[in-house]
Order: sequence, then structure tokens, then C-alpha cells
Amino acid sequence: MKPAPFAYLRARSLAEAFDALDRHGEEARLLAGGQSLIPALNLRLATPAVLVDINGLAGLAGIALQGGVVRIGALTRHAALEASEIVARHLPLLAEAVPQIAHPAIRSRGTLGGSIALADPAAELPACALALDATIVAMGRAGERRIAARDFFRGLYQTDLQPGELVAAVEFPVQPPERRGCVLELARRQGDYAIVGLAAAATVQGDGALRDPRLVFFGVGPTPVRAAAAEAALAGAGGVAAAQAALERDLDPPADLHGPPQFRRHLARVLLGRAAARLLG
Amino acid sequence: MTGSPLSEIDRPNSYIGRSVPRPNARRLVAGRGAYVDDLRLPRMAHVAFLRSPHAHARILAIHAEEARRAPGVIRVVTGRELAAHCTPWVGVLHHLKGLKSAPQHAMAVDRACWQGEPVCAVVARSRAEAEDAAALIRVDWEELPAVTDMETALDPATPVIHPDLGDNLAFRREHVGGDPDAAFADPEAVVVEATFHTGRHTGVCLEGRSILADWNPAEERLTVYQSTQAPHMMQTVFARHLGLREGQVRVVCKDVGGSYGIKVHVYPDEVATAALSKMLGRPVKFVADRIEGMVSDIHARDHRLRARAAVRRDGTLLAMEVDDLTGIGPYSVYPRTSAVEGNQVVNLCGGPYVLKGYRAKTTVVFQNKTPTCQYRAVGHPIATAVTEGLVDLAAEAIGMDPAEIRRRNLIPDDAYPCTSLSGMRFEALSHHKCLARLLEMMDYERLRAEQAELRKHGIHRGIGLACFIELTNPSPFMYGIGGARISAMDGATVRLDPDGSLAVASGVTEQGQGTEAILAQIAATAVGVPVERVRVVTGDTEVTPYGGGTWASRGAGIGGEAMLQAGLALKEGILAVAGAMLQARPETLDIRGGVVVDRASGAERLPLEELGRVVYFRGDTLPRDLPRELVATRHWTPKEYPFCFTNGAQASYLEVDVETGFVRLLGHWCVEDCGTVINPMLVEEQIRGGVVQGIGGALFEHCVYSPEGQLLSGSLADYLVPMSGEMPDIHVGHVETPTRESALGAKGAGEAGTAGAPAAVQNAINDALRPFGARVLAQPFTPARILAALGRI
Repeated sequence: MKPAPFAYLRARSLAEAFDALDRHGEEARLLAGGQSLIPALNLRLATPAVLVDINGLAGLAGIALQGGVVRIGALTRHAALEASEIVARHLPLLAEAVPQIAHPAIRSRGTLGGSIALADPAAELPACALALDATIVAMGRAGERRIAARDFFRGLYQTDLQPGELVAAVEFPVQPPERRGCVLELARRQGDYAIVGLAAAATVQGDGALRDPRLVFFGVGPTPVRAAAAEAALAGAGGVAAAQAALERDLDPPADLHGPPQFRRHLARVLLGRAAARLLG
Repeated sequence: MTGSPLSEIDRPNSYIGRSVPRPNARRLVAGRGAYVDDLRLPRMAHVAFLRSPHAHARILAIHAEEARRAPGVIRVVTGRELAAHCTPWVGVLHHLKGLKSAPQHAMAVDRACWQGEPVCAVVARSRAEAEDAAALIRVDWEELPAVTDMETALDPATPVIHPDLGDNLAFRREHVGGDPDAAFADPEAVVVEATFHTGRHTGVCLEGRSILADWNPAEERLTVYQSTQAPHMMQTVFARHLGLREGQVRVVCKDVGGSYGIKVHVYPDEVATAALSKMLGRPVKFVADRIEGMVSDIHARDHRLRARAAVRRDGTLLAMEVDDLTGIGPYSVYPRTSAVEGNQVVNLCGGPYVLKGYRAKTTVVFQNKTPTCQYRAVGHPIATAVTEGLVDLAAEAIGMDPAEIRRRNLIPDDAYPCTSLSGMRFEALSHHKCLARLLEMMDYERLRAEQAELRKHGIHRGIGLACFIELTNPSPFMYGIGGARISAMDGATVRLDPDGSLAVASGVTEQGQGTEAILAQIAATAVGVPVERVRVVTGDTEVTPYGGGTWASRGAGIGGEAMLQAGLALKEGILAVAGAMLQARPETLDIRGGVVVDRASGAERLPLEELGRVVYFRGDTLPRDLPRELVATRHWTPKEYPFCFTNGAQASYLEVDVETGFVRLLGHWCVEDCGTVINPMLVEEQIRGGVVQGIGGALFEHCVYSPEGQLLSGSLADYLVPMSGEMPDIHVGHVETPTRESALGAKGAGEAGTAGAPAAVQNAINDALRPFGARVLAQPFTPARILAALGRI
């Protein structure tokens, strides 16, 4: 389990990082927290010629409240999200998700931008970005480009990032108090990738109805999956039962070592029921 | 024990029964351990193995030219080249009648028989360079049909893996005890039957398998630093297959980071490493990484068991019948063989109970998967899951409480010595005492009431019980009788140094469980010195007495007794000298706290360091004819019984989320009778660790193969080892029934936790599912399997 040989370049500035990406193209990989990349190197699943370490780019980290959005730099560690009062106050859904990411050692190194850019379909943060209507701020030599989360996750480990671009930050709209959220996941061991996870958000009003629901499942497809039919059913008269039934149309989960597709579908229905109860509770 | 005179181990300054901290714990925690990977020798090279990507394939050609030219490469060696330097082996034991296997080479020569079998070795300056070069090797493979389903391994249509053997049958044994047919025909008999599966899994040691072999051509000696449980056995193996005399081979195990039976077998890549060192005349190191470990460490417990039991309505168990089928991979593992696990299933099922009839059969077949062999509590978790599963099914069938049916059928505590229908001889067990203590510790009645109350609220909890026996301290009847050079005897040496401290050495070994701690306690107790003044050496064939090493929970029972006898012999020698120095009769003296005292009054007469000073530096002042042997060596091996047996009872309390199929463990209890408890803390942690490994097999761990023989759960992302977050509090209780075979009375404690835990969890899950008429009997009990049993998916 030794990685194939690679060159290592520690970028001192964004310009240096862009230079390296230009020069090496697909042979280069950015190193942020390294919590997925380093194991992939050791297993020789990834064999980049050059690692471009961006950990020295201090400007890429930090959490700031800017008007109606919380802007979180790409190099912000999961542990920093976990400790942030801004996140706790304005993005409670995100605050609930972060402690469910892996283990403390991984959270102390792993970064928001790394998780978003890798786009692991079973990871929490891409699902949260979708559920919270976040905007991904991509940066290239030409400048910034803002991509809605719903347009960002394209396929299995595929994103809208273009060659030469990196994720600079993620902007999350501040959630109003009546907007509730929760993140539920089922993993056989604490810290494992979820077999099925759900980031759910909705506006709860006095009548007990769930308005404008967001149901984003993870671990059930090539990307985080927004369950549009179930969202519509949940907002409509049919309520939770109709939403659970509608998941049949939304989800096409794969079989894996945990079980067959119907196992994940079943768990997704259970999670939807539990999430609705949480949002209403 | 009341009424009997105090023995040496009950003396006032005894360390027996005290939770003495492990002397090596501080060193290991401080990062000052010396595992094989920490060792660096001059001119040391590293080897990486190219392994077969196929379950079964012929090697047509190996193209290694590019690898040979790669940076840092010292030598690339194919299986065919290595075979000229290293003879193959056949893993059979003569007393397991009919057991057959094929010659196995250190690296595949013509054909690879499982995914992961080593086929080519790259020796380089660094492991990274060796891996880089190995990636450049191209093999022309001709894929062959893989035998992967043990159910069809013996079908005429299935290809035979080793044509010379005639079929894929490695071993078959049937045993009948009593009259099972009459018992099942009993007019009052209610018969329950079920098919059980135990999942193929493996023991995941923190430290992977590791070896550093150093052939010194000038001395013609091979020194092997190895992470192993059985250094003397490995000395024999290296000598035999590399064309050396045993005396030319020295095996040293420094620190070993867990073993669990994984490191008591002969691994092709490790023998190849030793052969490479001999070929190259320089030290070669191999450290198995996690990924190759998953396909090359032995697997275990891949069994399907059809079983039935007969019980009368009054709760009397009449008979059990078990038909076991197990797939062991393409070779029986050398030298302990892969038939032992199935054989143990035959020996152990029904073991705790009084039965009128017993029939058990095991069928052991070859397949193209990683070889299986002995792993912690060999066969016991399987036998216990089946036996205790049947007992619960019987209880359910007649409407009897699971605790009550066990009380009615466990062998009475005053019935010993006795022999089970499978032919196992029990010296003295304590099933009823253990069960009673277990039920009391867990507050069984309260948990039953809580379970009933919570069921009304849709919360489904289950209570599972499991009584078990555990075979320990094997005599030569385990391996030696079958022709294997695996010592059933161990020796211990105790030496008094001039400063009054003891240097002791033992043939049994330390792998992290605390063997050295209990050896120090025993030596300190036997001689009468503070335990801090005892230094322990284990794991070096050149300096320790000969022995079998540590496996089958034999460290305390066999190695411990040898240490006790050696210590007592040394004490006699010391007191002879002290008597002369003090002009007292030796029998009026004793040694306590490192000081020779007057036995009756306890008055201090002579510190051992003064005795040491005189003997070593001023022997001229002692009587000329006085013997002055301050070293004693004793050996011990079991003689009365082929095996010792321990026993115990376990319980699991858990909650099944019937919507998701997830199981939450709420509590686990184990009461174990390991005979004399030498160090309660270490015994309890052995039990806890064992329980966790048992739970691993019951809920998490599974080597899942594709129909083509590809291991699908080949990394720790997919192969789920039990983690602390999911583990319940594990409460341990002791009952002590010392064996009378030895003065120490220790029976062994290393495997009992693993033996009983899966059965307890299985029974608890099924207890929780009972209101739904659902049942799971295939380990691991995954959420998907539980939901399927519930009819929800």
C-alpha cells in the first residue's frame, strides 16, 4: 500500500495553483484535507503525476456571514464547521450533518471544498448543499464562477468544475427560523458512509403543513438525489404516506454488499417518515 | 477450596488472582515497542508480491523484464524459480483419517488457485520501489473455472481443483454417540430443525503479518524475526523447506500486535521471504499490507449446518444431529490443517448438555477462495451457535423459558468426571454455577419484565443466552499424534541474578494479551520476590526453552505451570544455599518479598541480593560441596486428559429496530470458568476482546465472494470490523474450578468470549423477532437479512 510515485508541489498562491493545473492538466490533483485522496493514492486507485497542495492558501478558509448568506471557504475543516457559532445559528441542518461525517480524526483534516469537489454520492456535505440551495463558488484563472448546487453534481464523482478550476467557497443562504432541517442516516457503524442518508428541510407553519420541502437522499445513486416526486407529495394533500410511495419514482438505488435495491428503497421510506416527524415535531 | 491446605499459590505474598499491571504495557503505549516493521538491518531489502487477480488460472508466461530494470529492484523471482530453493508442503494430519490435500508451493508455479495467491516476488531497496516494479509485471493468464460454491463442490459436474486428488473432498467425518435414532423416535419427542450459516470471516490483527528473514552465509544460519505465535514450530518449518537443520534456524518474535490464531499458520509469502533471503544472502523484509492481508491471512468459519434436536414436552433434551459442510479454499493449511475446524464442530456440538443420542457429520471441501484455518475459538462459535440455537428452538416449541430449559439439561455440576456423547472427556465443569451467576448478574427476571413492557410500546428487545464449553491446553492428541512437529510441552527457566532479581524465559509467547505479565506473576509467586523484580523473555528459539507457543488458550495452563514448577525448583535451590549461609534447615525458611525469612515467624534473615552476592562473588565462603544452582528449568505437558475444558455462559440484551433491521446492543454478560484466575484484569479483557470478536462475526464481519471467486469485501471499508461505538458494556463474572492436572489450576481464558458471543447475539435477535414469527440463522445478521426475515423487503 505505497502510492505510485508522484511529484509534490505546495502552492504559495492561487496563481501558482492555477499554473500547476494548467501545466499538468489531468495529471495533477489538488490536495486539500486528503482524507479521500490519500487512501486512493495508497491503494493506487489514483495515480496522479503531481499533487498540488493548496493547504497553504490561507485565504481559502473561513466562515463569514455576508448579508443573506454564510460564505464558507473551501479549506474550512469539518471540525471548524462543527465548532462554528455562525453555522449553528444560521445553518442548523449543516450543524446536524457535520458530526455524522466519519470520525473526529477525519473531521479535523477533511475540508468542505474537498468534500464538495470530490462529490462522493454517499457523503453528507454535497447532500446538504443541495438541501440548502447552496451556491458553489468555483475559481479559475479567469475569476469566479457561481454554480447552483443543483447544477453542480453531474454524475458519479463528476461535477461542473472545469479544467483549471477549483472550489473556492460554498455560499449557503441563511435559513430563516421557520425553516427547519434535519439530517438522518443509517450506517452499520458510527462514522461509516451511510447506507442511506437524508438531508431534509421544509418550512413549517402553524397549520402543520410542510411547505417547500427539500428531500435530498445520499448513498442511493451516483449523486445526491433530490426526491422531487416525494417533495411534491409531501407538500400536497397525501402527506408522508404519499411521499414515501412517491420515492419509488425518485430513487433507483444500486445493490451492494449491504443489500439489494429494495433494501435501500425501504430504508429511504423509513427515513422519510422519521424526517417528516422530526420537522413537524 | 475451603478445607484444603494452603498451596504455594495461596501464600501470603501470592500474586495469583491479583490484577497486576502488565510490565510491557507502558513500553508499548510509549511507542517503544519493537514490531517487525520497526526492525532495520544492514543491507536489508524489501519484498512485494504480485498476487493472482484470478480465483483459478494457469500461468502461461510471466513478463518481468521491465520490472527487473525498474529503479531499486534487486531481484524478481517467479514461483518456478523459487521452487528450486524451497520445497512444497502438504497440510495433512495422519490421525484425521482420510484428510487429503495437494502440495502447496510458496508461490504458485503453474497455476494460481485463489485470488491473492502469490505468483511473483519483487525484491527492492524499498517496499515502494518493490510495489512500483511489481505493477510493471505482466502475466499471461489462462482463466480456469473457479469452484466457489461449497454446496456443489462435490457434484460430478464441478471441476476438480486438484485432479490428482480425484475429487474436491478434503475430509469427512461422522460420529455417532448414544442412540440418536431411538431418541428422535421417542414417542414424546418434539423435533425442531433448522439450517444455520456462519459467515466466512477473518481475524484482523492490528499488526499485519510480518517477517524479516536474515540468512547469514558466513555462519550458514537463518535468523527470522517474525510476528508469530509459534516460534519453535516455525523453526521446524523453515528448516524443513529450506533444506536446513533446525539448529541452523533461529526464530525471534519481538512484539506481536495481535494474532488470534491468524499468526499460527504457515503462510506461503512468509516462507518465500525466508527463501529469498537465503537466495540473496541478505535480510529481506515482508510486511503484509491490509489489502493483501485480506486475501492472504487465513479465513475461517465458512459453514452451513443442517441441524435438528429432539426434546420432550417436559423440557428434557433427547438428541441432537448436525450435518456440517465447510469450504476451506484450495489447500488444507500447513501444518495444523483446515480440517480441524469442522472436526471441532463434530466434537463440540451439544457439549454442555446431557443427551441420549448424538450424530454429527462434517464434510470439508476444497474451493478457489482464500484458505481457511484455525481462528480464535476454532469451531466453538459455530458449534455453540448451532447448539444454543437448537436449544432455543426447542424451548420455543414446548413453550419453556430459555433459562429453564438450560437448567434442566446442562450436565450437573457434580457429575464429573464424565464424557460427552462426542467423546470429549470433562474433568470438572460448572455449567449450573455459571448460568446461575449469569442470570443473577444480568437480573434476568427484570430484563424479561422490561422486554414485555417495552413490547407494548412497539420496542422490540431480545434476550439471548448461550452456554458453552471451550477446549484448551491440548495434549499431543491435538497435533503431535498426527505427525506435526508442534510441541504440546512447554518449558520455563527461572534464574536468580546477583541483585536478587529474576530473569525468566518461557516457550509460550506474548502477542499483546499479557502472557508475560502472568508469567511474571507466577514466577514472583513461586520464588517469593516482588513482581517488579522479574524480567520475562519469550519468543526466541535460541534463548527460551522449547515449546509450542501460545494458541488454544494454552499460555497460562501449560506455560504457566512450567513457570510455577521452575520457580518452585529455583526456590528450593535458593533455600539450600540460604540454609547453609544461615545455618538453618532449608525447610524452616521461606522467601517473601525478595527476602529469605524464617518460615514460622516471618522474621527477615537474608535479602536475596546478599545471597546472590555471596554465591556469585564470594563462593569461597560457602561449604565446598554445597550445590549452588540458581537457575532452574522445568517443563510441563498435560497427561491425564487429551484436552482441558473450560465452560461458561453468556447473555446478550439488544434491541431490534424492526423498521430498519438495525440491531443495537444494550448489554452483554459473560461468566467464565477458566480455572484459577491468575490476573482478573487480564482475564476480563481477554473475555471482552473475545466477545467483541464474536460479535463481529455475528453482526459485521463477512468475507463476501462473487460467484467468480473475487473477494468483494477486501478492504476495511467493506469488511466491517466491530468498533467500540457499537459495542455494549460487557460484564464479566468468574467461577473458578481449577484443574487438578496442574498445581496452578489454570485452564485458559483466551477464547471463551468468542466461543459464546455469536450464539448469544443470535438468540437475542430471534427472541426480539419472536412476536413477528421471524427468525435469522445466517451470520452475519445484517439489517437486510433481518428485514427479509420480517418480510419487509
